[in-house]
Amino acid sequence: MASSFLSKALFWPRWFWRQLTSMRNALLLLLLLAIAAVPGSVYPQRSADPNGVRVFYDNQPELAAVLDSLQLFDVYTSVWFSAIYILLFVSLVGCVLPRTKIHFRALLAKPVTTPQNLKRMPEHSEATGGPELVERAFQVLKKRGFRVEKQNNSVSAEKGYLKETGNLLFHYALVAVLIAIGLGGGYSFSGQRVLVEGDTFVNNLASYDSFSPGPLFSPGSLEPFRMTLDEFDVLYDLANRNNIGNPIDFVATVSTEIDGQASTTDIRVNYPLEAAGANVYLTGNGFAPVITVTDGQGDISFSGPVVFLPQDSNMTSLGVIKTPDSLPEQLGLIAFFYPTAEKLTTGAYTSIYPDPISPLMTMNVYTGDLGLDSGIPRNVFALDTTNMELVAGRNGPAPAIELEVGQSAELPNGLGQVRFDGLLRFASLDIAHNPGGIWVLLFALIALGSLALSLMVPRRRIWVRSNADGTIEFAALSKRDDPNLNAVLEDVVAEITAEEDK
Amino acid sequence: MTEIVLNEALSEVSLLVVSAALAFLALSLVLFSFQLVKLNSDENLDNSEFSQVEKIGFVMLWISTIVLGVGVVLRGIAAGRVPWANMYEFSISGAFLILLVYLTALKIKDLRFIATFIAGFALITLFAAVSLFYVEVQTIMPALQSYWLVIHVVVAIMATGFFSVAAGLHLFYLLKASGKAERLFARFPDLKQLERVAYRFNVVGFVLWSFTLIAGAIWAERAWHRYWGWDTKEVWTFIIWVLYAGYLHAMATRGWNGKRAAWLGLIAFLSVIFNFTIVNLFFKGLHVYSGL
Repeated sequence: MASSFLSKALFWPRWFWRQLTSMRNALLLLLLLAIAAVPGSVYPQRSADPNGVRVFYDNQPELAAVLDSLQLFDVYTSVWFSAIYILLFVSLVGCVLPRTKIHFRALLAKPVTTPQNLKRMPEHSEATGGPELVERAFQVLKKRGFRVEKQNNSVSAEKGYLKETGNLLFHYALVAVLIAIGLGGGYSFSGQRVLVEGDTFVNNLASYDSFSPGPLFSPGSLEPFRMTLDEFDVLYDLANRNNIGNPIDFVATVSTEIDGQASTTDIRVNYPLEAAGANVYLTGNGFAPVITVTDGQGDISFSGPVVFLPQDSNMTSLGVIKTPDSLPEQLGLIAFFYPTAEKLTTGAYTSIYPDPISPLMTMNVYTGDLGLDSGIPRNVFALDTTNMELVAGRNGPAPAIELEVGQSAELPNGLGQVRFDGLLRFASLDIAHNPGGIWVLLFALIALGSLALSLMVPRRRIWVRSNADGTIEFAALSKRDDPNLNAVLEDVVAEITAEEDK
Repeated sequence: MTEIVLNEALSEVSLLVVSAALAFLALSLVLFSFQLVKLNSDENLDNSEFSQVEKIGFVMLWISTIVLGVGVVLRGIAAGRVPWANMYEFSISGAFLILLVYLTALKIKDLRFIATFIAGFALITLFAAVSLFYVEVQTIMPALQSYWLVIHVVVAIMATGFFSVAAGLHLFYLLKASGKAERLFARFPDLKQLERVAYRFNVVGFVLWSFTLIAGAIWAERAWHRYWGWDTKEVWTFIIWVLYAGYLHAMATRGWNGKRAAWLGLIAFLSVIFNFTIVNLFFKGLHVYSGL
């Protein structure tokens, strides 16, 4: 009574499980996964291109909101994408576990009983010969790595268990890859830091400009190391006329102190610095002009290198200087830097080469309220000019300030003085660590190897039987399509019968 | 990295050589098409051996392949690096490998019947290379200066070579199964065999594709600080991998092999082409190496 109730209650779960773990379902889930991955290449993704999402929101706010509610900006962490791959993996495990049990039994089992009618096999041939050939067949097949068993007047042989082993291992390795991705991502972190030549980075949370840890990351796991950017060099192509000005190498020379060991190394694109518990990658660079601003009372209100953001391939760069402590009024400077300046007919400047051959800086000067006192965080790379007045610049009351390296200029209205002290470069660095990476690689390689085994090793059965009428039969069967089966059997037959001729 | 002096004159020579290969390829395509027309019109024509027309066609195809190989090598010498760092170079190297895979396979198996498809496909690839994708030899950007460029890209191109032969077989399978031009397709191997050979090519392609995916991830870890970041090219590499995995499952699922599997194989191959053309040229991402 109880058991029949139980079996009734379990009918639908069992049915569902059977459906889920069927091959057809695995196939459908795979196709669904492929389709579900497509939108992530069409719409910008927060993980890969957060700026693209922002731009999308600016251009089409209504559509963006709809897409966002469908998680189309976070496709690969979305509920629906996750649901598909989790179901796929559940289905995979449900399919592979029972197959593993069967395969283990098959590994321990003896070869099958020789079938009654060997003529029905896909490959079959006959010869004349006595029972001694069966004995020889046993030796020949054994030497060829078959698992062989003598059965009365016949030999049954089987080979290619590695095929199923490879197939199962491949699927388990995929599960391991997924787990390694998940755990590795959890303990991973990546952070960004901009270093001007001469700056030092010390690996602790406060030193990062931005930092994104995985959910399982703990700040205590950051290992201490120091790194000073001594020099940043860009190598330009000078040898090839059509490519002049194309960068061919970026080299950040750094002094490091890792585990108490001091040394000097280069960081280049594709060649990160391997520091303690993290790698340091070179991701960008630009100019950092050193600027000193003296206010109307003769006090220095700003002095130091300013990171300028590159605007084009010839490194026209844009920087912003804010001096909230200037007297009598706060100053804001929007500065353009041209490494190799050329004057256009309009009077504006442009850079015609990315290396500083004739560097020039132009500045627009604003006075008024910088908006820094309200406590709202402000972008250091942008100047909010709503409460400010343009006092010098193109279209301003006084012309824009133009400075070469080493020059200084008076600001209008007795606001002070600005000086272009020198030119440094900066490097944008990513400091990142993912402890899962090496495991993902390991399991991916196991998957690759076992995939090759599973797809390329044939599973074959061969039977040899001597009949009472003085004939001997040979037959072969393969688990899948096997164009070489015929050749293999012929080869085996030739070897067995050839030995008899000796 | 030391400065490389590009040889622009040699690159011009390479372009000429590639164009010559294009001409030979066109010639062989005409001959193969002619052979198909003959097979279609004359039921009694013996097709067990190479016909005279076919022989000349394959000689042309061999010449084309060798000439193209020379063009590819010259391009590499002119650029002072491997000749696969922009779309023009991917295309000429790709066409060369496709032809090489096909001609090698032909030594093992009688695959004459897809000669028109292979020659046609390589012709389109080369034509697109010369007319749409052509760029002068350029110095290589720092992001591409890695030995992974050699491994990751060449294996991807090789996988594409295997997939394209399989795609040709899928196409003929579907045409034959549809029952059109019955007289012509009666000359082709039976459906079972078409399916089986296509499967073998896809299997090799799939293993190579898996390898290039892993190699790409290793390189991405070196260059971009993460092994996988769902960059558009990574997304499509993944989609293609999953589609071919689906194809392999279909081949082992009752009711899904045959026509359905052939369609799936074709769709997967179209994704490969989509990934190479549309994604390269129009999708925003980190793999911006078309050179255009």
